[in-house]
Amino acid sequence: MSWDDGWWAYAFIAIAGWLATDLWRWLGVLAGNRLREDSEALNWVRAVATALVAAVVAKLILYPTGILEQSPLWLRLGAIAVGTAAFFGSRQRPAVGIGTSIAVVAAGLFWLGF
Amino acid sequence: MDISENEGTRKDWFLTGMRGIFSLPAIILMLSFVGFCAFTAQAGVPVEQVVFMVGVVWALPAKVILVGSIMGGANLLTAFIAVTLSSIRLMPMVAALIPEIRTARTPTWLLLFLSHFVAITAWVFAMERVQSVPRQHRIAFFAGFGITLVLTNMALVAIVYRFVADFPPIIAGCLFFLTPVYFLASIWSSARHPVIYVALIIGLAAGPLFYWLAPEFDILLAGVGGGTLAWALERNWRLKRSARL
Repeated sequence: MSWDDGWWAYAFIAIAGWLATDLWRWLGVLAGNRLREDSEALNWVRAVATALVAAVVAKLILYPTGILEQSPLWLRLGAIAVGTAAFFGSRQRPAVGIGTSIAVVAAGLFWLGF
Repeated sequence: MDISENEGTRKDWFLTGMRGIFSLPAIILMLSFVGFCAFTAQAGVPVEQVVFMVGVVWALPAKVILVGSIMGGANLLTAFIAVTLSSIRLMPMVAALIPEIRTARTPTWLLLFLSHFVAITAWVFAMERVQSVPRQHRIAFFAGFGITLVLTNMALVAIVYRFVADFPPIIAGCLFFLTPVYFLASIWSSARHPVIYVALIIGLAAGPLFYWLAPEFDILLAGVGGGTLAWALERNWRLKRSARL
């Protein structure tokens, strides 16, 4: 059963990808249907959901894949720091924070000879 | 936006949701998908399977792990476990979104169907904008945005697949970096509850900490542990402040 064997590849994606993700979405619907919008329980769910996303973000920055895997950590952390400063300096405009961070990464990669 | 009772039909709000494809979050996600497409092309996954994957899995981190498992030669069970562990976060995300968009009459089957379109971008976008949509039209608004976003990215991946393999490394690096930076900026600027700020900061620190302590379950532990800590801290402050008033 090699990866390219037609239907098997699609079955693999459907089980290990589709089912493995939608399972949690469906459970989320069933749980969310019982939560009241102003409840303390929903506040806790919000906190957990946000912390989970933040943990994914931290991993993407600290342990990237692809070309950034070879970039120095200080460049990535520096880009986040400068971007954060620009974000708060511009009254929290996302586009300014995002643009600044990306510009720092681009300049750093260029300067390092990527 | 006006929040009186009868403004616009369900179709109007579905179209308003569809127009979200031209928003900053949607454009950044599309750029991230170009980056993902380059990753799959380098990994040698055929384009038809990449398009299928975008449609049925949708969440980008889950797909990266799925492709990673395939490349590592993982068997079905191992790949399933890796992807499912990475996707537990979808449950609290959906659970937090549902009370914001449903009405007392929204059928559960419709919510089950629409939950498929939840991933980080659609979640951040919906949590941010749904407040300005009349409650009875929020489902239509989210459906318009979510379905358009998935279909557009399926088409995008199908088209760009054969061009992405030879991207210059600087472009590829910037495309990858867009995703985390965008999530940070948009979650912070769209937060409507104080607990979100606390949870975001604690989660950023808890992610690497648990990666170091227990790499197998880091995201889960960081979310539940960090999220609970954030909730307890914020609740404590809130109660103290209201006791003083």
